[in-house]
Amino acid sequence: MNVKKEPEGGLLISPIRDGTVIDHITGGEALVVLRILGITGTTDESLSVATNVESRISGSKDIVKISNRELSKEEVDRIALLAPEATINIIRDYRVFEKMKVEIPKSVTGFVRCPNPGCITNSNEPVESSFETKRGKLQCIYCDAIISENIAEYII
Amino acid sequence: MHHIISIKELETEEINALLNKAEKISKEGFVRRTLEDKLVALLFFEPSTRTRMSFSAALSRLGGDVITVDSVEGSSISKGETLADTIRVVSSYVDAIVLRHPKEGAARLASNFSTVPVINAGDGAGQHPSQTLLDLYTIRENMPLDNIDVGLLGDLRYGRTSHSLSYALSNYNVRIHTIAPKGLEMPAALNEELIERGIELVHHDNLQDVINELDVLYVTRIQRERFPDSASYARVAYSYRITPEILNNVRENLILMHPLPRAGEIDPAVDSLPYAKYFRQAENGVPVRMAMLEEVIL
Repeated sequence: MNVKKEPEGGLLISPIRDGTVIDHITGGEALVVLRILGITGTTDESLSVATNVESRISGSKDIVKISNRELSKEEVDRIALLAPEATINIIRDYRVFEKMKVEIPKSVTGFVRCPNPGCITNSNEPVESSFETKRGKLQCIYCDAIISENIAEYII
Repeated sequence: MHHIISIKELETEEINALLNKAEKISKEGFVRRTLEDKLVALLFFEPSTRTRMSFSAALSRLGGDVITVDSVEGSSISKGETLADTIRVVSSYVDAIVLRHPKEGAARLASNFSTVPVINAGDGAGQHPSQTLLDLYTIRENMPLDNIDVGLLGDLRYGRTSHSLSYALSNYNVRIHTIAPKGLEMPAALNEELIERGIELVHHDNLQDVINELDVLYVTRIQRERFPDSASYARVAYSYRITPEILNNVRENLILMHPLPRAGEIDPAVDSLPYAKYFRQAENGVPVRMAMLEEVIL
């Protein structure tokens, strides 16, 4: 009988023809990463997500594949706070067209909530939250509050 | 356009220039008409006596006029208007805005929407640069801001005046000594920031351990609501009280400061001693705020 051999360890998600592959996301953070990128169930992209995949480098990692959308450097840098080791591969016709590392941006605006309930950004004012990044920590430019851990909890 | 939002944004030279200007104003006499045709809005969305009156006095001394909003109830904020809209509208009426607001970061927000300079007169537990400038001014009036030992006493966790002052002092060659009740110590992030800025920081458990080595003792209020019961509050408050006895062996040039209002931290018997500078400190609010108003408007 002619049985097609499964790849060793199983093939979790299939390759994409065109789009973006985000690899080496910190294990368990894939869904938050998608949220930061503004990709949700209601957007058009076709998505493959694998979480807690074995990784030789970090033990476990998440992978996200987004078909037919090439993310820009600016977009992917937003995820650097949660997934500093992530790599971005832009795929064209099944080939890696470009490979990028994420870099922590100098400031993040609009997608992180200030932890200080007394901060003006947590009111009905027409203002987006805005933080400066300092060594992996975020400091609110309005009230100076610092987020040093569990950044994911403050993602809007 | 020049706003004054946070002491952190002022370079040492800018701070010195403001203090020099205040000193000049003080020496030449308060009556000068440099802002004669100018109008300033004092928007105070939180109670304040000293800050509001001294800004008002400062502007009158400079010949300018003031329009005031004193409370949320008396303003369109109570009708649901955002601060951003209020600022947009008011800035079209005046030459500068002085803002006190309960929310931290309110002054920075205002500066984003204002078409005229904004001076932060205190935003919640955040920044209060005019207080810090008058504190520095008072120290400098008594001694050079160089190679001195400054003690900060009281609630160093929530007290914004000691936070801003310690940050401002990190522009100078100063040693800072902190004396705070357990649980009300300076926040770790601020500690780190000060050390990074090259300041020598020493923490003490008791005032007696350090008081005789200080040139400046900056006393702040310990709020009753920070304690679980009034007995533990009373114990702490008593051990931090400044009395004539505790000052027996202090340095001759020691100055005692307090942002006021005080609530028992300093025994009134201390008021007549040469160390007591807290009323002078409050008085210095006028020339310092005159200098700030001139700085942003002219």
